[in-house]
Parts: sequence; C-alpha cells; structure tokens
Amino acid sequence: MPAKSGIALDITADPLEIKQEILKKYPAKVARKRAKQIIVNNPDDGNRVPEIMANTRTIPGILTMRGCAYAGCKGVVLGPTRDILQITHGPIGCGFYSWLTRRNQTKPRTAAGANFMPYAMSTDMQEEEIIFGGERKLKKAIEEAIHLFHPRAIGIFSTCPVGLIGDDVHAVAREMEEKYPEVNIFGFSCEGYKGVSQSAGHHIANNKVFSEVVGQIEMQKEGAYRFNILGEYNIGGDAFEIERVIERCGMTLHSTFSGNSEYEEFASAHTVDLNVVMCHRSINYMAEMMEKRYGIPWFKINFIGAEASAKSLRRIAAYFGAPELVEKVEQVIAEEMYHVEAVRQEVRARCEGKTAMLFVGGSRAHHYQELFAEIGMKTVSAGYEFAHRDDYEGRKVIPNIVVDADTRNIEELTVEADPARYRPRRSEEELRQLEKQAGIGFNDYVGMMAEMKKGDLIIDDLNHHEAEVLMDKYKPDIFCAGIKEKYVIQKGGVPLKQLHSYDYSGPYAGFRGAVNFYREIDRMVNSNVFRFVKAPWQKKPELTGSYAYNR
Amino acid sequence: MLLRHTSEILVERSALTVNPAKTCQPVGAMYAALGIHNCLPHSHGSQGCCAYHRSALTRHYKDPIMATTSSFTEGASVFGGQANLVEAINNIFSIYAPDIVAVHTTCLSEVIGDDIGQIINKAQADGRIPKGKRVIHTNTPSFKGSHVTGFANMTQSMVQYLSETTGKRTGRINILPGFVEPSDMTEIKRILSLMGIRSVLFPDTSEVVNGPLDGRFHMYPKGGATVGQINSAGDSQFTVALGRTASLAAAKLLDTKCGVPFENLDLPIGIQATDAFVDCLRKTAGVSVPDSLMVERGQVVDVMTDMHQYFYGKKAALVGDPDQLVSLAQFLTDMDMKILYVVTGTPAGAKFEERIRSLTGDDTVVKYGAGADMFHFHQLIKSGKPDLIFGNTYAKYIARDEDIPLIRVGFPIYDRVGHQYFPVVGYRGAMHLMVKILNALLDRQDRDAPEEAFELVM
Repeated sequence: MPAKSGIALDITADPLEIKQEILKKYPAKVARKRAKQIIVNNPDDGNRVPEIMANTRTIPGILTMRGCAYAGCKGVVLGPTRDILQITHGPIGCGFYSWLTRRNQTKPRTAAGANFMPYAMSTDMQEEEIIFGGERKLKKAIEEAIHLFHPRAIGIFSTCPVGLIGDDVHAVAREMEEKYPEVNIFGFSCEGYKGVSQSAGHHIANNKVFSEVVGQIEMQKEGAYRFNILGEYNIGGDAFEIERVIERCGMTLHSTFSGNSEYEEFASAHTVDLNVVMCHRSINYMAEMMEKRYGIPWFKINFIGAEASAKSLRRIAAYFGAPELVEKVEQVIAEEMYHVEAVRQEVRARCEGKTAMLFVGGSRAHHYQELFAEIGMKTVSAGYEFAHRDDYEGRKVIPNIVVDADTRNIEELTVEADPARYRPRRSEEELRQLEKQAGIGFNDYVGMMAEMKKGDLIIDDLNHHEAEVLMDKYKPDIFCAGIKEKYVIQKGGVPLKQLHSYDYSGPYAGFRGAVNFYREIDRMVNSNVFRFVKAPWQKKPELTGSYAYNR
Repeated sequence: MLLRHTSEILVERSALTVNPAKTCQPVGAMYAALGIHNCLPHSHGSQGCCAYHRSALTRHYKDPIMATTSSFTEGASVFGGQANLVEAINNIFSIYAPDIVAVHTTCLSEVIGDDIGQIINKAQADGRIPKGKRVIHTNTPSFKGSHVTGFANMTQSMVQYLSETTGKRTGRINILPGFVEPSDMTEIKRILSLMGIRSVLFPDTSEVVNGPLDGRFHMYPKGGATVGQINSAGDSQFTVALGRTASLAAAKLLDTKCGVPFENLDLPIGIQATDAFVDCLRKTAGVSVPDSLMVERGQVVDVMTDMHQYFYGKKAALVGDPDQLVSLAQFLTDMDMKILYVVTGTPAGAKFEERIRSLTGDDTVVKYGAGADMFHFHQLIKSGKPDLIFGNTYAKYIARDEDIPLIRVGFPIYDRVGHQYFPVVGYRGAMHLMVKILNALLDRQDRDAPEEAFELVM
C-alpha cells in the first residue's frame, strides 16, 4: 500500500501481530513473561497508559542487553567523577572492563588537578583471598593507593565474590578512614548479582554518595542561581556543552552528578537552591533524598534535543524567577536556536518520514525521540534496558509498583530532615504557583509512554530475537542501542547508532549537540556506504554477455 | 598528561593492581568457544560478566559476538545456579538452535561451587538437550590465571568433551593455533594448504568474528571448527600446539586421551618462529616446502636486510600476553632491536622469564603475574625510554604521555582495525608486522628530522 502524507509505516506493521510473531518462538513460560513486557501503547487524554512489566529478572539463556549492578554503580554513576579514587575489590575482570570504556570525558581545572579516571585499580583477588578472605588485601591496597595517589576520597566497589565470601567492605572503609582521617573512604555493596540489572547499582551508588559524601563540605560556588544537574554523565562531552549554555545564561551550575565532576562539588551539593534531573532512572533517589534532608526541590529536565533544551532552560529560569534571568535565557535560546534551525531545516529535508527504534538505558530511549522528531523522524518502537515502570508510565504509578524480592534486597534509606540544614527553598504555595504558571512538574516524571503515540510498540528489556523480528517487520531506517547490538543490526544493512557511547562522537546535548546529532543521523540514514552490500552481479544475476575471448 | 599521577619512582606494591596487563579467564573461554561452528558460548554467572565480555570482544572485532548468560540473581547466588543453567539450556535450544553450547564459569559460580558437569547431566536427563546437540563446559575461575588461561581451558575442554579416537589414524595434523586473531588462523590454514597438508585447526574464529557484511545477520557465521572436526582430532597423526600458555594443555590431553603425539612450538610470529613451524610441519607430514612459501620467506629477509639500518639498536618495550611476547621478543631481537622491558599480567612462570632472557639477554627487565601491570610498565618506561612500545590499546595513554610510537598488538585493540584481517603469523604476517614497525619508526624520523636533514629517499 502506498504511503500517505509522508507517514510510511504503521500501514504495514500491526503491532499486535508483531507481538504475537515475537512470542510464538518462545517456550510457554518465557512467552507468558515476555507478553507482559511487550505492550502496544495506548495513551489517553489524561496521560494514562497501559501497564508494562519492568525491572524484573532477565530470563536465563536469553540474549539480553543488560549488565549488572557493579556496572550501574561503578561504571555509570561513580565512573565519570575524576578525583574519587576507585578501587574494584574482586578478581581482575570487572575493573578491567570498566576501565575508560564508557567514554566519560573530564577536564580537571588545572594541569596538576587530580584525575584518576585513566587508572583502573583493583585488588586482583586471587584464590588465596577467596578462601581466606580479602579484607587484608583490600586494606593494604587502600594504603598503597593513598601513598601513591594522595586522593581526597576513595570508593571501594564490590564484585560478586566479595558478598559471597563475606568481606565487609564498609568495615574496612571505616577502619582505614580512622587511620587516614584526611581521606573520605566508603564502600559500595554493588555485587553483580544484586537486583536484576544495572539499575540496582544506580540505587546503591545514590545511597552511599548521599550518606557519605553529600553534606560533607560547606562550600558555595560564587554566582547567582545555583543548582545541580543530576543524572548527566558527560558521554562525549555532553556536560561541557550544558556547562557552556548555562554559563551563557548567567546561571551557576554547582555540581553535576556526575559528568565532569569533582568530589568537592558532590560534598557541597546540598547548598544549592534547585536540583534538576536528567536521567530519572539512575539518580531520582538522590533528588528525593536531598529534598527530604535539605529541602531542595527537584524537577525533571532534558537537555537532549534543542527544543527540549530550550524548554528546560526556561523552566529553570522560571523557577529562579528573576526577570533579568528570564530575559537573558530567552536571548540565549534565540541566538542558539538561530544556528540550530538552519541545520535542522537542511537535515530535515533529507530525513523527514524516516523511522527509528530506540532500545537503550533508562532515559535515553525517551530523550532521543525528541532529537529524531526535530528532524521529522518517527519513533515506531522503543523500550528501556533497565528502567522501572515509572520510567514508562510516569511517577504516578510508584505507589502501585509491587516490590519484589530482588528490589527488597536493595537498601532503601530512611531520610529525615536535617535539623540544622533543612531549609525549604520555596514554600508549598510557591511550588504550586510555579507548577501552574511555568508548567513545572515538581517531583514528577511523566514517563516515556505518555509522550509516544498510540500503536507504538513498547518493549522492556528487549532481546536479540525480538530485535530481529522488529527489524524484519518494521524495517526501520535506524536502530539505536549499544555496542553488543551494533554489528548485529548493521550486518543486516541497517545503521545502528550507539546511544551509550555515541559511537565515539558527540556531544549530543544542548544546542551544539543537537546540531551534531542531526548531522550524524543524516550521515547514517542517507549514507552511501550501505549501497554496496550487494555486488552488481547479485542485483542482476542473469548472464547476457559473452566471453571476451570468443569475440 | 593523561596518566599524570604516574611517577618514575618505583614503590613496592603487594595488593593494589593499577592498569592491569591481563583480564579474566571467561573472556578467553568465550572467544575460544566462538571458534566452534554453530556454537553459542554461555556464561554461567551474573549477566554483567557476559555483557562485559561480549562488549570487549565486540569492540575488538567490530563484529557481532553472540553469547548467553545464566543471569544470576541474589537467590541463585545463595541457592546455587542449577535451576538457572537448566532453564538457560532449555531456552537456548528452543530459541537459538545451536549445535553446541559451550558453558564457562565465572568467579561467582566458582565460589558457590556449582558442579557444571553434573548440571549438564541433569539437563540431559530432563530432556532439555535435543538429540544430537551437545553441551560442554570448562571451569574459568577469574581469580586464577588470566584471559589466556581461560582460552586454554576452553580449548582443553573441547578435547575433553569432543575428541575421540577410533583407533584408525586419518593422517591429518591437528593445529592448536592459540589465542590469536582470526586473520592469523586463516594464514595458518593457508600455509598448511600451500604445503598440501590435511589438518584440523581448532578453535577457529576466522569468518566468525571477521565476517562479511552481506545484508543478513548470521547467528552462526560460516566459520568455526565443526564438532565433527574436533571429534576427529583424536584420530589425527600429530598435533602442533602453538604457544605454551594457550595451547599446551589441550595438546597434552589429546596425547593422553587419544594418543596423538604433539610438539609445542612458539606462536609463528617472526622469521625464526615461522621457520620452526614450517620445519615441524615439513618433517611430520613428510612434505617439502613449496617454492611459493620460500618466496614469501625470502621477501621478509629481503626487507629485513634492506631496511636494517632503521631497526638496528632501536629499543622496544613490550606489554601483552606471554605467547605473543616470546615470539615478538625473538623477532625483534632477530632484527637487531633491543628489548628493554617485557611485562605480562598473566602468571606465566619462571620458564617464561628464562625463555625471554635466553632470547634477549640479561639486561631485559621481565615482569609477570602479580604486580606486573601497565602502571609498573609505564614506570619502567619513564626510567629509561624505548623507541617503540608494543601493546594493546590501553598502552596508547603511555605512548601519548611519553611521546613514543605504539605498535598495537595483542588484546584488546579497541581503537584501530586491521588485526581482524591482516595476520602477524607466518612469513606474510612477519612482513605485515615488520612494515608496521618500519612505518612507525620512519614516520617518527620524518616528524622529528630538522628541515635540512629531511630525507626524500629512505
């Protein structure tokens, strides 16, 4: 059937049929579970969406995209900070694989400033420690690290065997901190088997950073309109672009959790007047806890997408409320958008109507839909790798989420107002006013599904077989996922954009980032290179010539 | 400076590893298992292990790396991983239909003490393994050895599970290629075919992890040694095992289990090691060396002598895996280069150190196993600068800080392509490697030469 009005695809693909096609290959038990994680979207006017199962166990033997709690804790949340020295306690592998592979960029303020990110440190646990315990070696490793590197803070990251053999990394941390009081030492029980994915590690990281680091230093960066960005990890320089824009607006970014960050910024993060949250999944715990203890309000923003960036800046300005700030922000947006718009129009002409699928992370599969929409591309199917129901359906479902055994094993901190330092930055009335006037949803995230269309296929924890069916049925112009999926998809002649590592490109955040992304997607969906997949004789196999020597 | 905290002053460390010169066993086992045709490697542990190993291998090959995991949760870690593995086996055969599943363990399942052989038997008894399909396993505790040990263990398990003897010799020669690139495996097969020798090579990752883009994803690519071939290895005439750490264990087992005698040679990197390989093949197969191979050899010697002035006396620092290091050290010494440092995180043993010294002389600093990491390697480099560094991608941080050219060899190489397609073994491989070394040295001379001494002809 010919496409109408530039929208090419939902004509051929019936999402329910595709769901059945996916499920029919599975053993009954697998099919039953997956059926609850594959949902045809159907949002109503009140932002109500169908229920999706998420944050549940990966099925053994399924080719999953997911990683582990250690990766979420050490790799994602703590990885991007440069001056907390990180020791992996365990056999060598985990420390090795998390060594610089996430592309978190960082820029120390001076040439001599501490930067431990290019160093992978590990206790390289041997059989002897597995049998007799690894605490002694860990203590020694901490001492050696202090003598060699003189860090202000040390984080210890537990790998699977640590929990099983019963090493108490927290006791070791306390003991070593007593011996070296000038160093803040803390441990993370982020064994890989905790929870069901990276997500458990995010929570574990949030808890420790909140209880051991935030609030340790009373320091305020100079400047007006001070706030933190939570859940921005400076992949490919995203944080640098965001910092640039915020500085232009005359606002003060006190700290970022944790792109391009330093210990001191974390430790004094409680002194700001606002937290804004980028990646809801990985850091919402921190926002909640900081509000409860220190009275700092938070709301969700998104610097992925030019329009989204503009909207986020306007909301932050509205929160601070100063007319000169609002004016300045409008001026910056106008100037930035002028450059963005020229490229956007040019690229849009070539990308309009093309289709994308996004299966990644706990936020990116949602955020990046904005960038695709800006160049006229449609997202036909999307899902997260390790998100929870609230990331799909919105935070309003949190009270209804059944807490299972895997989640119960992750500590939920009880946080109360700090008797001396709790200071509500805005009154309840002011907050309600801002909600009404500026459309700011405090403590809220509407989730991915409310912002996607009816009929879009939403799949949680997508696996290889499902990706193959989607590719076959939807034939998208681009697929977004991670390194493990990249070449699987590309062998089929369709480009895959890595949205963890950005394919060693970026930044994609903010205004300049949007321009980079438009250009990059244009390159990928309109490229010459995939034309060569078939040789000329495969396209026209009939023999019409004669042998040269017969002439 | 990227590694701004690395000082020249050596401080004794006994507990902290900084910038490891090795990684853990399972990734090597996964790589080896990819060298069996229609095989799905399976990681028995937390899903993070599998994700990390697949990511590492994918970054290195820029090709799909397919493997499954038992996806342990806290419950499995307490009660054992049997239920997870049995369920995984059932799902794998139902959904992905491989001929064979090759299970390797992780530190987690090793600490729990899961008995994989017994679990496989249970899966078999429960009818979870379809008729004619195989499940094999190897133990790869991450707290022992290194990625090379994991490769060796999986290769040994292939023999353990699959190789049988009928008592009738096939006249073939087994080649255990060691932990080398698919390009190297192709090159070894080409040499054997030039010499007219019938062989069984396993594991064989060529055309598995360096496959073509043909418009279709192939879950099980064309390459890999078939189960039948590995089975028949027990009937071969002889085994040539390349590399001590990666191949000796499997060769020994083929000997004791199936009575196939073997010789353990260095990886055929460089002229002497390739000579030894070809000579061994010639003698055991009773064939003569074809002229075409002699031409390739002669060309290597030709370039080596033509360009000798650029190699002579150049100082090299080597970090990597033991089997590669031995052959590299020999090749570079043959080219009249001087080996300053040789470092491997793999516990390669005193024999390794002796071997290196016998090749390079007593001045070479050799470090292996505990305490031998790239931080130490960097400190050595700071104490006396080489002209060239040989190592994996991580060595580029040292190379940039110290402004020394890096020749990328070993695993992993995340930032360049070529290793998948161009071998370093055999005479062709020696040529390729030598040209890389030469170009690095000449580019450096061109960059640094004063204008008046800038050479047109070199």
